[in-house]
Amino acid sequence: MSGDEAGILPAGTPAPDFELHATPDQLVSLRDFRGKRVILAFYPADWSPVCGDQMALYNEVLPEFHKLGAELVGISVDGAWCHAAFAHDRKLHFPLLADFEPKGAVARAYHAYREKDGHSERALFVIDGDGIIRWSYRSPVGVNPGADGILEALEALRDGDRGS
Amino acid sequence: MKARQQGILQPPVHAGDHAAGRADAPVTLLEYGDFQCPHCYRAHPIVLALQKKLGERLRFVFRNFPLAEIHPEALHAAEAAESVAAQAGETAYWAMHHAIFEHQQDAFDALDDAHLVRYAKKAGADAARVKKDLGGGAYVERVRSDFLSGVRSGVNGTPTFFINGRRFEGDWSDPNAFATALEAAAQTSAA
Repeated sequence: MSGDEAGILPAGTPAPDFELHATPDQLVSLRDFRGKRVILAFYPADWSPVCGDQMALYNEVLPEFHKLGAELVGISVDGAWCHAAFAHDRKLHFPLLADFEPKGAVARAYHAYREKDGHSERALFVIDGDGIIRWSYRSPVGVNPGADGILEALEALRDGDRGS
Repeated sequence: MKARQQGILQPPVHAGDHAAGRADAPVTLLEYGDFQCPHCYRAHPIVLALQKKLGERLRFVFRNFPLAEIHPEALHAAEAAESVAAQAGETAYWAMHHAIFEHQQDAFDALDDAHLVRYAKKAGADAARVKKDLGGGAYVERVRSDFLSGVRSGVNGTPTFFINGRRFEGDWSDPNAFATALEAAAQTSAA
């Protein structure tokens, strides 16, 4: 399933900028990452079992993402305090951003919001150092998409750099 | 970008894997598991029953997939099992493997280093060497390599099973459905 079929923003699209709370007193924006690759992992909610597995898995794969020059951020509509509790409980080593007010605005900008459910899709975006989406993938909401697609996308970016 | 091939085991079963059963068995069942994962604990007797049921037609392979941040003892458990295998061989590895799963739920400290060393000794390994291997991280890379092969194969949690290199999408907790899938693979393989 490609991003195009799913309706989420496809590869080649400039990634919409955003500024969201990572903690109650810290804001993170996409422009902060200029020059670096970023993985945006939209997920429906903290604490739900599949999300937990997905974030726990990415937490373990984090060194591989870093080796490929990428930073990871998770995004859901949960508030910053909820994220703080969840990240603490799962010992996460990457930021969770709160797409909380106005609710789901960033997910909407990436065409990854589920209006009738009131939360985001389970959607992945790999963004290059120039702020262009280079890969996107939407998983069924109940299915943890794993990390293999992200790694392949990052490797393709790396190999593209080498080739040019 | 090339189309993603999902649900395929990468790399295929190789000589460095822990495998129980004949290399020419028509069915190879591979599990990515975490020694501290409660679901893997539940899967363990189901796998044993399948091994008994299929006998020589089944080869069982185990690769480590520890989620170490949420299961703080999973990494040392996997490393201890590797240490046992390296010093005492595959029969000892499987004794250690079974011991870890059988004891997982005994007590809160059932998988601490002291207990792991005890299981290792009983499995036939040298206690001092297991302690040294755990302290020095002798098998950290080996365990990480298993984990990353799982990530490449699309593993998203534990346990995840592959039957003859293809991900098993059915319900492993239903022993009949699981056995049926293995029997079907045996038929296909023999045909």
